Amino acid sequence: MMQKANQNTQNNTAVNYNEIPKNIRMRPYLIIAPGLLILIGIMIPFITAILLSLTNYSFRLPKWNVVMFKNWIAMFTDASFYHALGVTLRYALYATGTQMILGTIIALLLKKDTRYSRILKVLFTFPLMVAPAIAVLIWQLMTSNSVGVLEKFLNVIGIFNFPWASSHSTAMFTAILIDTWVNTPFILLLVLAGIQSLPKSPFEAAQVDGADAWFTFKTLTFPMLKPFMYIALLFRLMAALQEFGIIYALTKGGPGDTLMNISLTGYMTAFQYQRLGQALPYLLVLWTIVNLTAGWLVKRQRKLAKQAQGY
Amino acid sequence: MKAQFFKKCMAAGIACVMVGGVLAGCSKPAEPEATEDKTADATEAGEFDWKKYEGSSIQVSFVQHTIADAIVSKIPEFEEATGIKVDYSITPEANYFDKVSTSLSSRSGDPDLFMSGAYQLWDYSSAGFVEDLTPYIENMTTADYDFEDMVGSAVSALKWDGVPGHAVGEGAQLGLPLGFEIYSLAYNKRAFEQAGIEVPKTYDQLLEACDKLKEWNGSGSYALAIRGARDWGTIHPGYMSTYANFGAKDFEIEDNKLVSKVNSPEAVKMTEFWVDLIKRGGAPSWSKYTWYEAGADLGAGKAAMMFDADNNGVHQNWEGSSQEAGNIAWTVMPLAKEGDTPHSNYWTWSMAMNSASKNKEAAWYFLMYFTSKDFARYASVERNSLDPARTSVWEDEGFKEKMAKQEGYIETYEKTIDSTTILFTPQPYFFETTTEWAATLQDIVAGKYGSVQEGMDALKAKMDKAVSEIDLSQY
Repeated sequence: MMQKANQNTQNNTAVNYNEIPKNIRMRPYLIIAPGLLILIGIMIPFITAILLSLTNYSFRLPKWNVVMFKNWIAMFTDASFYHALGVTLRYALYATGTQMILGTIIALLLKKDTRYSRILKVLFTFPLMVAPAIAVLIWQLMTSNSVGVLEKFLNVIGIFNFPWASSHSTAMFTAILIDTWVNTPFILLLVLAGIQSLPKSPFEAAQVDGADAWFTFKTLTFPMLKPFMYIALLFRLMAALQEFGIIYALTKGGPGDTLMNISLTGYMTAFQYQRLGQALPYLLVLWTIVNLTAGWLVKRQRKLAKQAQGY
Repeated sequence: MKAQFFKKCMAAGIACVMVGGVLAGCSKPAEPEATEDKTADATEAGEFDWKKYEGSSIQVSFVQHTIADAIVSKIPEFEEATGIKVDYSITPEANYFDKVSTSLSSRSGDPDLFMSGAYQLWDYSSAGFVEDLTPYIENMTTADYDFEDMVGSAVSALKWDGVPGHAVGEGAQLGLPLGFEIYSLAYNKRAFEQAGIEVPKTYDQLLEACDKLKEWNGSGSYALAIRGARDWGTIHPGYMSTYANFGAKDFEIEDNKLVSKVNSPEAVKMTEFWVDLIKRGGAPSWSKYTWYEAGADLGAGKAAMMFDADNNGVHQNWEGSSQEAGNIAWTVMPLAKEGDTPHSNYWTWSMAMNSASKNKEAAWYFLMYFTSKDFARYASVERNSLDPARTSVWEDEGFKEKMAKQEGYIETYEKTIDSTTILFTPQPYFFETTTEWAATLQDIVAGKYGSVQEGMDALKAKMDKAVSEIDLSQY
């Protein structure tokens, strides 16, 4: 009897399932549809790039052929690739490092809610609203040897015709200076938000125990701020590795090849020299570097966030 | 079989993704429409029917330039006269050619017309992106168009047979000139009077003048403005003209290949002179200098001389246009010795037609309208577009009167124009070879190489690699 009853129940369930209205049956597919579309939107250009990197595709050639790994081998055996890789990594490390240190220091200085700090917070965010190419124009004017305000300032201390972006030895410094001016406020805002979200009780306890400012920073503020700093580092490092706008507007990669990073080399090869097939391996290598670095930073950030929460 | 299957799979994948334009770029370029029949219709009635393509719509790409401003100001008149609607875009020169290259390669037919220089047309025409204008010129012009009135050297500069290494002047008419540049020495009269020296006529005199004009107008001022940015624009004005005057060549044909000659004794000697010139007289931030910085420094009284396009200095010399307006004059470029023939390189801003255009006849009407004698006169006399591509404008009293205050400008043009031609070897990798050339020049000036010879040897290797795909036996 029991067996029969179970069988009836199973049959009823099957029938009921088939009778579920179509709009409800479609619901799972509809739920994943936006995600699927985004995945397609991201992956198809990426796959296209991989496929085209195996061809001699060029804007100037009406026909193209599969050349398999010829473009990849050419890139890895070309000294200019390693130069571009070096420029990319140096630029990213120097720019991000400078901005992280400056942004954190300024955030710590502005953490007290006073009238001046409120005004300064607004002023510090101004550069963030300037497009990188416009920032370069502003800085080119400021560093102009004839009319530049910075040149006039340097003249006062006895330095004339400082070469800024026109010299091999100071071009990267100039580009990083502009990058720092534009992007330090981004770090500042994230770190400041982190500081303001920290719990008050550990700091009050430290104060009661008579801990000095350095001890409090070293043992409380900094470890608890680390997850926020990792988020800031993640965003800035990714952008600095891919830097294009500031360098292109400033010197187009010059003088010589001084600032030719992977982004610029890829762009010039693809759009000025019209060799898209040869350019894509550069950009895919950059994608790999960015992806691996981002993955590592995200893991590290999650671990630190758990530690900060006491897990 | 496997390779074929792989290729098919790739093509299918790409086809799913790429925008229509890029898709079309993979396909064979559209065959040009036969224009002769329509041409006959347009002209056989005796009167030119300007309204024949009424209702058509065309797209035009302009670079930011005085000639573009003049054309744009007359577009409403053109639209009224022809009934053809014109959409246009104006792009700064720094990004202009990247945009045009991408648009043309899409084969979408947009833009129908685009501004270009001759060098860029070598690249675009090699890919089949440029319409030959010869049939239109021969069969589809108004009675008063007077093609012969166009400055011959400018028209020739835009003709090329498509064979790398072959000189310009033969083959398809790839564009029609709107204006051009020749290269000469512009100088500040006040600077020379103040220093008590003569305007240089030879290389040695130029170097001496550089020494004597250091800080001629206070700290920060210098002798000679020349371009130095990391792009092709650095090579084609004064550098290439002087390069040719030293007897050097960029390429020669050897065994059906283009072979770079930038490390020849003449080329090295010239580059040594040029590097010396930059170090003794150039701007401290020379390696950032484009047309704009060079001209602005001459106008601001920072530079005493400028070796660049003849019309660059003019824009600083119109009354009230700059601090030194009225003090600028022109002379022929310095040469090995006085009396030598000045070989100047040539730059032409021209208008070319996209071979994939779907409105070729309407586009031709636009092209004809804005390369006419009347428009050329308007652009140069009533607006500030220089140097006009029409002989009739050079001879026009209104133009002469307008240019009367530009001391030495017309005389320098007359002494130079007959020996002016494109001094580069036509080849489709012009951007690549000249960008590398500019980058190497920056490195040499900065002392990255042990000697100029070493730098030019490295450049030769890069240029040979860039053109290595050219096999002249295939033409």
